[in-house]
Amino acid sequence: MVPGALFHFSWLKIPANRIDFLTFVFSAAIVLVGAVNVVRQRNPVLAALSLVMTLFGVAVLFVEQQANFLAAVQIIVYAGAIVVLFLFVIMFLGVDREESISEEPLRGQRFWAYLLMALTFVGLLLAGLGSRFGSGVPSVAGTLNDNPAHPRSATPDVVVLGKSVFTTYLFAFEITSALLVIAVVGAVVLARRPGAGPLAEEDDDEVEVEVETAEPEEVST
Amino acid sequence: MSVPYQWDIVLSMLLFSIGAVGVLVRRNILVMFMCIELMLNAANLAFVSFARHLNDVAGQAIVFFVLVVAAAEVVVGLGIVVAMFRRRRGATADDFHLMKG
Repeated sequence: MVPGALFHFSWLKIPANRIDFLTFVFSAAIVLVGAVNVVRQRNPVLAALSLVMTLFGVAVLFVEQQANFLAAVQIIVYAGAIVVLFLFVIMFLGVDREESISEEPLRGQRFWAYLLMALTFVGLLLAGLGSRFGSGVPSVAGTLNDNPAHPRSATPDVVVLGKSVFTTYLFAFEITSALLVIAVVGAVVLARRPGAGPLAEEDDDEVEVEVETAEPEEVST
Repeated sequence: MSVPYQWDIVLSMLLFSIGAVGVLVRRNILVMFMCIELMLNAANLAFVSFARHLNDVAGQAIVFFVLVVAAAEVVVGLGIVVAMFRRRRGATADDFHLMKG
């Protein structure tokens, strides 16, 4: 096993900067409580609101790691668009009643699921312990911070990220826009009433409303 | 300097495991989708942590694309749920146990 970054346990010491430490501890608690609530909550609406809690916690962690633009996008796209879409579909279908989560249609499903989760976590931890991250070779995308001694006075992350996305990753960016168009068309086709005529002849189809709320949120990404 | 990046990595491992067990345990398809979002967020958190640790903008660029793909995935997935609900009157995985019929 290669002695890697996670292998020496010096990172377990509490860092000297107490503000950063407390920020991490509180946002990690928010993230974990929200995530457990998504899994444990019987009511889908409350599960969606717990998901918002987790997403806000992750956004705080993004800010703590100087990814300010991604934190803003996380709030706008996830909390503002995706969760609203979830809530819209829950209300639209009327499935917001509580479901029994202790009932097991497959016998032993819950036990094997928790066992698999524990194995997944241990496996990830072992993979992290045995790996050495970073080869020292600079990537084609560029550095995030050209002045590592003063991380908070460096070039803003949105400048660096924008340059990278519109030069190195330009092709991926264009493919992404094509993907969004395909997703919007697919949602329109899927959400139409089966056996209905062409789109132009449907005058009062409430399904179209859902697709129209989905579309502008995509554009904002 | 903020906390060691390993803390965020371990947190993202925990978040991924919770999301995975949610997909396996829950029967409501909408909640299963939410758990997939949890796993995507765990991956995003790991990407941002490594981007900071390795001082490389590629991690943040990938998070940007993951956000877009997650949005597209949710739109198509919820469209499928709406279409299936109209046919079966239910949104749990047990209602969708036949591929045809």
